[in-house]
Amino acid sequence: MSTLTEIPLTPAALSDAPTALQIKLRKRARFNAFVRYALLTIVGFIMIYPLLWLIGASFKTNGEMFSSAWFWPRNPTVQGYVDGWQTSTPYTFATFFLNSMQIAIPKVIGTAISSTLVAYGFARFDFPGKKILFAILIATLLLPDVVTRIPQYLLFRELGWLDTYLPLFVPQWFAWEAFFVFMLVQFLRAIPREMEEAARVDGANTLQTLIFIVVPMLMPALVSVCLFQFMWTMNDFLGPLIYISTVEKYPISLALKLSIDATEAFNWNQILAMTVLALTPSLVVFFLAQKSFIEGISTGGTKG
Amino acid sequence: MAELQLRSVEKTYGNGFKAVHGINLDVKEGEFMVLVGPSGCAKSTTLRMIAGLETISCGEVRIGDQIVNDLVPGKRGIAMVFQNYALYPHMKVHRNLSFGLRLRGASRQTIQSSTDTVSGILEIEELLDRLPKQLSGGQAQRVALGRALIKQPEVFLFDEPLSNLDAKLRASMRVRITDLHKRLRDEGRPATVVYVTHDQVEAMTMGDRICVMKDGHIMQVADPVTLYERPANAFVAGFIGMPEMNLVDAVLTRQDGVPSLTVEGQTIAIPDGLGKRIVGPDGPVRLGIRPQHLDLVAPDTPGAFTGTVANVEFMGHESNLYLRVGEADFVAVTPAEARFGQPARGDRIGLRPQGQKLHLFTAGDNGGNISLGTQHLQGGNDDNAYHSRTRAHDNSAGDDKLGRGTPHELVGR
Repeated sequence: MSTLTEIPLTPAALSDAPTALQIKLRKRARFNAFVRYALLTIVGFIMIYPLLWLIGASFKTNGEMFSSAWFWPRNPTVQGYVDGWQTSTPYTFATFFLNSMQIAIPKVIGTAISSTLVAYGFARFDFPGKKILFAILIATLLLPDVVTRIPQYLLFRELGWLDTYLPLFVPQWFAWEAFFVFMLVQFLRAIPREMEEAARVDGANTLQTLIFIVVPMLMPALVSVCLFQFMWTMNDFLGPLIYISTVEKYPISLALKLSIDATEAFNWNQILAMTVLALTPSLVVFFLAQKSFIEGISTGGTKG
Repeated sequence: MAELQLRSVEKTYGNGFKAVHGINLDVKEGEFMVLVGPSGCAKSTTLRMIAGLETISCGEVRIGDQIVNDLVPGKRGIAMVFQNYALYPHMKVHRNLSFGLRLRGASRQTIQSSTDTVSGILEIEELLDRLPKQLSGGQAQRVALGRALIKQPEVFLFDEPLSNLDAKLRASMRVRITDLHKRLRDEGRPATVVYVTHDQVEAMTMGDRICVMKDGHIMQVADPVTLYERPANAFVAGFIGMPEMNLVDAVLTRQDGVPSLTVEGQTIAIPDGLGKRIVGPDGPVRLGIRPQHLDLVAPDTPGAFTGTVANVEFMGHESNLYLRVGEADFVAVTPAEARFGQPARGDRIGLRPQGQKLHLFTAGDNGGNISLGTQHLQGGNDDNAYHSRTRAHDNSAGDDKLGRGTPHELVGR
């Protein structure tokens, strides 16, 4: 058998100088790459520009705000942040941040626990009516949110939960978000059952199997669930608007609106500064959990 | 360690499909029992019923003196090794090993000493701090074995544990597992093992006894030698052995008490010893002869089948010779030394069965062996010490519904 070194080299391979065809191909490849990257850079810049402008404008003075569409401030100032933090109410923005967390944290924890329990049930156990129940669950995905607002409001009013955070997170303790349940069910289906069976043979009961074996394997999907829920909660405007009436209890989303309502001449730099701050928790959480998040949303992600 | 008994065990699924048809099986204390059969023969289902991972529709499973039908897997005193290892991916090896012990609330000291012992036996000490994804296939399988071993169970269950390994590693793991079984027996801690595989080489090399299954029925339970030399029926005969046993339709006739066989118009006499062992009336039968038991002879030799060579496969140490006799096909294994002057495709040659090695089965795919003799009725006619030693085991085979599970039943019908 001949080795590679024994294979006679072609004349073209022997000479160092590239042929005309090779030069042409190389030039074309370079040009193509240049066009590709240029186009992507331009489109990418256009897409991210509003965010850049938001951050840039939060350091502008109010007068400079609409004088130029360029994001870079001429005279950068943090006055927007200082004034914005104070707000036009007796409370600082710290209060509103805390309020948001009081909703987001129990909501995220409740969603993670309840969705996992329900998804585990649907993915791993057979029980009478399973197919119908799952179909109903999926059907609720198609139900517009707004349809349930009024009955929910009436219900929570009867329970005396108005102007409390309870209506904003208690439903999530009962696997209210069908989307998350569906996502976790799909993820669970991709995980082989042998690990759970091995745990059962090792003596684990159903709950122990769930906690010690399934949940760790489900972690990427769970991180995605938590992340989505956190971001959605931080961004939720309608929910707090309906149920929260006391300014002291306002979350960030309402507080931002408050600063627009409060004054006739809007202090845009304050509003933008606070918007940047409002975005920060979601961004921080996202970048912390980015690796798991990507793994989680690209379902099927466990090795056999 | 304990013995394992299956009594009329059935499995019927929700859609009415019956996977296991009332099987009976006894696995003695410290015995290595292999369940073998083609895909879909319910060998894994049977194992999973023993483990408690599958419910038992009917019958009972007994481990030691306890009926375990209604016990959860963790309470049955079993340990299982899965085909794809099923190691917990988020736990390091030492935690994988000790998971069961920790659940049972074992002390830290016990866990430590057990982990040390098991990792020593399986030579996985240096892997203890690795995650399963950092292990090779063979290493992962050893860890899976360790996880079973550390529990010191009554019965070990293996579900095709070597299927995911490459051929070389499979061979070495095979030796490792059998060595381990022997070692435990020598140390006075015999391990009762039920091992599922579809690979007959694994079955033949590892099992003290082998249970051959088909379509949810037990075909035969016997030690490897008996299974090979005295298959209870045509299915077992065809399943065990490489290349497969030749099974062709034939007609059995007796003239003046001398039996002969006719295949495709060619008649051969049946030697005396074998002739006396044949039970059953004259008529259509299936002739079974292993490829290794056919001798190459000149065409039209008395006592040989003459036909045309359809193909010759040179395998290195031997050749497979395919002979067409009318509508019947024969394969013969001929030694490689004989390849010079060996027939070529299209040649006319004769193949003579080594008389005493012939098997006769009743007609049909699962026809019972009618050439084992009436002495088998009394529990075996073997003068072979090995057979005698395992004879008691052989009687435990059973498939009452079909009545074809044991030679005993076959002849009795």
